[in-house]
Amino acid sequence: MTFRGTSLSLAFGFILASSTSSFAVTEISWWHAMTGANNEVVETLSKEFNESQSDYKVVPVFKGTYPETLNAGIAAFRAKQAPHIMQVFDAGTGVMMGAEGAIKPVADILSMGGSKFDKSLYLPGIVAYYSKPDGTMLSFPYNSSSPILYYNKDIFKKAGLDENNPPKTWPEVWDAAKKIKTSGAAKCGYTSTWLTWIHTENFAAWNNVSYGTNENGIAGTDVELKINAPLFVKHFQELADLAKDGTFRYGGRTSEAKPLFLSGECGIFTESSGGLGDVVKSGMNYGTGQLPYDPEAKDAPQNTTPGGASLWVFAGKSDAEYKGVAAFFTFLSRTDIQARLHQVSGYLPVTLAAYEETKKSGFYDKNPAREIPIKQMMGKAPTENSKGVRLPNLPQVRDIENEEYENMLSGKQTAQQALDNAVKRGNAAIKQANGQ
Amino acid sequence: MASSTRVTFPNKFLPYLLLAPQVAITIVFFYWPASQAIRQSVLREDPFGLSSKFVGLGNFKRVLSDPNYLNSLQVTVVFSIATALIAMGFALLFAVMADKVVRGKGIYRTLMIWPYAVAPAIAGMLWLFLFNPSMGTFAYMIRSAGYNWDPLLNGDQAMVLVVAAAAWKQISYNFLFFVAGLQSIPKSLIEAAAIDGAGETKRFWTIVFPLLAPTTFFLLVVNTVYAFFDTFGIIHSVTGGGPGKATETLVYKVYNDGFVNLILGDSAAQSVILMVIVIGLTAIQFRYVERKVHYG
Repeated sequence: MTFRGTSLSLAFGFILASSTSSFAVTEISWWHAMTGANNEVVETLSKEFNESQSDYKVVPVFKGTYPETLNAGIAAFRAKQAPHIMQVFDAGTGVMMGAEGAIKPVADILSMGGSKFDKSLYLPGIVAYYSKPDGTMLSFPYNSSSPILYYNKDIFKKAGLDENNPPKTWPEVWDAAKKIKTSGAAKCGYTSTWLTWIHTENFAAWNNVSYGTNENGIAGTDVELKINAPLFVKHFQELADLAKDGTFRYGGRTSEAKPLFLSGECGIFTESSGGLGDVVKSGMNYGTGQLPYDPEAKDAPQNTTPGGASLWVFAGKSDAEYKGVAAFFTFLSRTDIQARLHQVSGYLPVTLAAYEETKKSGFYDKNPAREIPIKQMMGKAPTENSKGVRLPNLPQVRDIENEEYENMLSGKQTAQQALDNAVKRGNAAIKQANGQ
Repeated sequence: MASSTRVTFPNKFLPYLLLAPQVAITIVFFYWPASQAIRQSVLREDPFGLSSKFVGLGNFKRVLSDPNYLNSLQVTVVFSIATALIAMGFALLFAVMADKVVRGKGIYRTLMIWPYAVAPAIAGMLWLFLFNPSMGTFAYMIRSAGYNWDPLLNGDQAMVLVVAAAAWKQISYNFLFFVAGLQSIPKSLIEAAAIDGAGETKRFWTIVFPLLAPTTFFLLVVNTVYAFFDTFGIIHSVTGGGPGKATETLVYKVYNDGFVNLILGDSAAQSVILMVIVIGLTAIQFRYVERKVHYG
């Protein structure tokens, strides 16, 4: 009896003690869409932050794929249960920006943390994409990447191509791909992930041609697509022609083409710089190069645009909670953290200091592929065509483009028809999303 | 006379109390979401619900005048008929064959039922792994044989793939019911017909098939509903509605417009239309087809 009494009071004491301690700590929930190795990075970062101070506790929660995470966040906001921080993929940026009452700009939050927010410390190309037209940074860039070229050195050797000299322009890629196919070095010459992100959005930026009006949507939500301009039509007709005999193989709308390259079925591959990990893991003899450009475009190569995701903060939380978010973002911006994040995960560093430090350490001499996307993005100051694409409904417009490209690659329509249709349907969808 | 002998409960509340759990479940899982869908279908809202406007039947008008919607209606009809016919046809064939097996009947039947335990999304993934042109084993074999197998770009091949996956999963369920139906047919009828000189095919079409009619009818209803709603997971994992819009069924379009494109009003209007279609289909089936069914 006495034993039970003591254990009971002990238990009560324990509950009291633990509950009081949790009152002192402000919890910050972070919804994210990272799996595998990238999920471990999220867990490690949260743990390190929590151990570095005792006022705040970041609690990461995995919410599924990028679109699923965005949906979960939206549903939670509607139910007044929104998390503090949510990771949103690049294409969802326009959706979040349209919801002004639902979010709190990261620039405001960082200045609430005491330290004044200095935009010049961050990589300009990335900050520009996540900022409002007036320059206010709205979300915190977490994982950014850009498309680059990969090639299989063994296949290049077999086809009689120079294995140390990757193709630099699209015509060079087509020639190399044909050579790979006709020499029998591989079954297919070239494949690519994300025809929308790489061959449409980045194609526009890298060749300095317009994707849509209003600076591709960066300057305003009212956008008319321009992707049926001659340069796009020529590029896609070339792709469609190569698809006929299998010199170019289509793998799918997102990253499904990756196995085609990893298994050695295709010799050349364009994919996000974030895909490097899987290529390294496969153990193949690979090389990397800059994203190819079109030599007919007079300003090419210009600069590529960031993909990946950024962290958004929901509105309607207490000041204490926002201070915690600010502390966490300041922690994430620390040079040692950013440098490590960049070197381990392959994401681009968010701050210039982290880039300089990585450069100084000699990391890029051993890992040249890690520097390619940074050079691509930093090479030139972005023009109105190359700050990125931001539409209120970019996921939907990408779907429309994908549908038209698929009907083009299967030979049902020409590139001109496909792009005309994409522009017509895309413009109607953008109008509807803008509530007109 | 009959009414006076009817058993009645003295307690007036007990029947309601006993019904309450069922009613509660129906309200929570059907009436409440359905009413939400109807409410949402007459509104135009931004994804976050920050602004909301009543538009009456505007969403319905837009959906019904959208050529893509009519396309997905056509896709759904083709997909549902093909899936239901193949799933029921093969199940009937297998059930009749299983009925003839003398040794190992139990094992045979058990093995036939297994695929039913596979979740739709998993079934989709299985078929995708086998037939995906980038990595599928069977796809590799088909391509090596010289046939240009590419469901990523060929819409007809994509349709064949999702129909096969959807039908494969449903065959087990149909098989189970056909086996039970076959067992309830009196052996004496078949024996009598055999003595009269009716061959196997004749016996099947004149005796077995008509007597199976109640089962077939029930399965027709179930399979239609299955093809309309439960196949979402398969389409989502195998084709994602592509290539183009070749495998975008009505249910898939509801999901895509609502959860990917975040157009809640259009998506809700489509789900209301879908609800009406399925209620209508079931009503027609019970009213007209059932008349022809002979319950032994």
